[in-house]
Amino acid sequence: MPSMSLFFSQLFNGLAMGLLLALISTGLTIIYGTLGVVNFAHGALLVVGAYAGYSAYAMTESFLVAIAVGSAVALVVGLVVERGLMRMYYGRPPEDQILVTFGIGIILVEIVRSIYGGISLSVPTPEWGQGIARIGSLIYPLYRLQALGIAAATLAVLYYVLYRTSLGLIVRAGIEDSEMVNALGINVKRTFLLVFGIGAMAAGYAGVIDSPIVTLSPDMGHRVLVDSFVVVVIGGVGSFPGAIVGGIIAGEILSLTSMFNPAYSHVMLFVVMALVLIFRPQGLMGQEGRE
Amino acid sequence: MSTHTPSFARRQLPELVVGLCLLAAPFVLPSLGMSADLLTRILIWGLFGLGFDLLFGYTGLLSFGQAAFYGTGGFVSAYLLTSGIVPHMLLALLIGTVVAALAGLIIGYLTLRRTGIYFAMSTLAFGEMFYFLENSAFKEYTGGENGIAGVPPPEIALGFTTIHISSGWPMYWFVAIFFFLGYVVARRIVRSPFGAVLKAIRGNPRRALALGHSINGYKLSVFVIAAAYAGLAGGLLGMFQSYMPPDAFALDTSAQLVIQTVMGGAGTLLGPIIGATIWLYLYEGLQQLANIGSYWKLILGIVFVVLVTLFRHGVAGAVLEWFGKRGKSAKVIDEEADDRAIAELAIVHPGDDAGKGGPVLEARGISKQYGGLKAVTDVTFSLDEGEIRGVIGPNGAGKSTFFAMLAGELETTNGTVFFRGQEITGIGVTAVCQLGMSKSYQINQLFEALSVRQNVMIAVLARRRGKFRADLLRGLHHSHGLDEQVNAAIALVDLSRQADTRVSELSYGEKRRLEIGLALATGANVLLFDEPLAGLGPEERVHVVALLKSIRNGRSMVIVEHDMDAMFELAERITVLYEGRKLAEGTPDEIRSNPAVQTAYLGGMEEHEPA
Repeated sequence: MPSMSLFFSQLFNGLAMGLLLALISTGLTIIYGTLGVVNFAHGALLVVGAYAGYSAYAMTESFLVAIAVGSAVALVVGLVVERGLMRMYYGRPPEDQILVTFGIGIILVEIVRSIYGGISLSVPTPEWGQGIARIGSLIYPLYRLQALGIAAATLAVLYYVLYRTSLGLIVRAGIEDSEMVNALGINVKRTFLLVFGIGAMAAGYAGVIDSPIVTLSPDMGHRVLVDSFVVVVIGGVGSFPGAIVGGIIAGEILSLTSMFNPAYSHVMLFVVMALVLIFRPQGLMGQEGRE
Repeated sequence: MSTHTPSFARRQLPELVVGLCLLAAPFVLPSLGMSADLLTRILIWGLFGLGFDLLFGYTGLLSFGQAAFYGTGGFVSAYLLTSGIVPHMLLALLIGTVVAALAGLIIGYLTLRRTGIYFAMSTLAFGEMFYFLENSAFKEYTGGENGIAGVPPPEIALGFTTIHISSGWPMYWFVAIFFFLGYVVARRIVRSPFGAVLKAIRGNPRRALALGHSINGYKLSVFVIAAAYAGLAGGLLGMFQSYMPPDAFALDTSAQLVIQTVMGGAGTLLGPIIGATIWLYLYEGLQQLANIGSYWKLILGIVFVVLVTLFRHGVAGAVLEWFGKRGKSAKVIDEEADDRAIAELAIVHPGDDAGKGGPVLEARGISKQYGGLKAVTDVTFSLDEGEIRGVIGPNGAGKSTFFAMLAGELETTNGTVFFRGQEITGIGVTAVCQLGMSKSYQINQLFEALSVRQNVMIAVLARRRGKFRADLLRGLHHSHGLDEQVNAAIALVDLSRQADTRVSELSYGEKRRLEIGLALATGANVLLFDEPLAGLGPEERVHVVALLKSIRNGRSMVIVEHDMDAMFELAERITVLYEGRKLAEGTPDEIRSNPAVQTAYLGGMEEHEPA
């Protein structure tokens, strides 16, 4: 039987992982919640952001610059994709949207692969994040603690933007009835462009924050896509609080079950997802009737 | 069956063409640089794709987790053969296929609880779960990252001799037989009544439900079928390579299947194999060009996005469209259909015991509340056998909500609904339709991509087959009297000349009549019409009013309508709803002279809607 202190350290680790998972999933949720599009290129956008951040970090040795560059590149890619392709797809069936975003994802990942090659890269922890932190009896890598803080702060900012500003109000009204919002004299098209850009930027940003913790490879996008799907299926697609709750639940499952048998921790995650689908198919925070 | 049924050769033309192509391929395609191994690989992907096309192309369910079943079938077969538990090759393949189908049953049960994007996301996630399982829980059997090596080549024991199938062309012939059988079965499924319902689910799942088909049963069945195809293809992959690779379970495998099917053309059965040919041929071709070999996936990704954006039906779809344009377009001719046989449209027999003499449809004090809003309050209503009842009321009077509760679509907050003495409160449209009551909608709910005949067929099939039947291999027109019923319903709504026209090409008035025709074709003896005249011009109104009058024999009807003149002409009794309550009820003359109706309804309209 694992000791209490191990249990608490895993509980804390789960929270840290969970908030990062939530951060990774928010871009997906923002775009789905507003545009009704499940962005299957989400993982690829995260890869783009992470690699752009890697290059910027290597050149400037400043992690803050890396965050800025990674987010900005993902934002620009997101805007180009929305303008160039997604716009034609809002009126088409969801299956077509899934297919085209999936195709875009392949193109983005392959571009990254052709520039950086297929081998894994590791991103060093920023200087200010090196070392370990002690919280009571708990010993924890400092950067992970900081990443937890960054993720929490970012989620709080996003929550504020979505729920306390007029842009957020327009976005949420656009979810309900974009035609009506348009009729009220608000340029929904521009709002959609902005939202797609923000969603892409959130993915790129999460990619840079995550990069010192994981190893970078062009194929990491798949894992990200799967993880964020599990998070939003548990939490409820398109629900921002759902992404946070789903993220924390997923993080805790991964962390706590790995105390007993690490090989099964991911499988347990899918078991929980199956339970949610059986007992609450719309997700924990999802609304009934919205597909 | 009638005398003009097309000949066997003509009906089975696609099977013959596919069979001839499979026979000719080894003699023609090597000159294009295609080896036996490449063709075998294409066939395995094509077989895998047959099941996926039934699932996605015909039923509209986009799964990103098919690799789970491909891997399951492959690893089970490979394990059984290499461990020596089942030395018999065909038996091992069969067990692998069955296990894959069982896995499909479980995953399908879970993922089909939601549709659309949820389905795509959860199938993708469960697909990954199998990948993890292969690498953890079942590592002992699957070899984890190493996979299973040394899968023995197939042997066919004929009693007197045993044929050892070596790699190269013998292997091609071996796999080609499976592909051909798989194709023949898939085509039978597509052409069965079961297949007709699948197409209806793709076109308009809500209407398929309302016409009395339990669509969940159909979806789960087709999911299991697709999993079985995947399992068989996986088993063949292990034998073909003498090695079962773990990446059969990878997301890339599911994705490649989706991309190949879409590139080739979903909903054609041959789309997946065409897509596989393009993918694998391009892959091999590009590998040989040193400069761009490493960009093959990028190039395929771009090709894929362009195809999805511009050619929505893939290569096979584009070819069919091209042939369609040369012939008579917009027609979907079902050559097997007998378009002359006709009989009187049957009506579901009310049943001898159930509530004879009582009202056919009865609502006892039904209310519906949405949060603080009371849409309908305490309405009591009763419809007699053979009656035509009108329901009127100004906008917002709660007519639609009331109607939806009568039809079993909506649960009541309070009160109960009875159909011929049986409680039907909120039991759902499918069950209500099977009992013999059907509704036509205010906004047309048709299967736009299908012909008029196919639309009506969906309604007739529900009555003849019940909620669900797995008649996968039965010919659609082999059911006695089916064509007669379909033709009768089409004739009743005067669409005989348009029978083979695609619904999307019909005029609005014709669609409106078909909407009514679908409700009639279910054989319902109680019909609910929600604004049957909505959006029609004066001439067509007359036409539809005459139609409604002509069908009253043997049927009871409730009609919600704004057109007062039509209502006073049609209905024997009228119920007036106002602000969610029943205001009055009586004959048209009584309603016309009722002062409460005049002030509340006619006066109220001016008050609420100043012109």
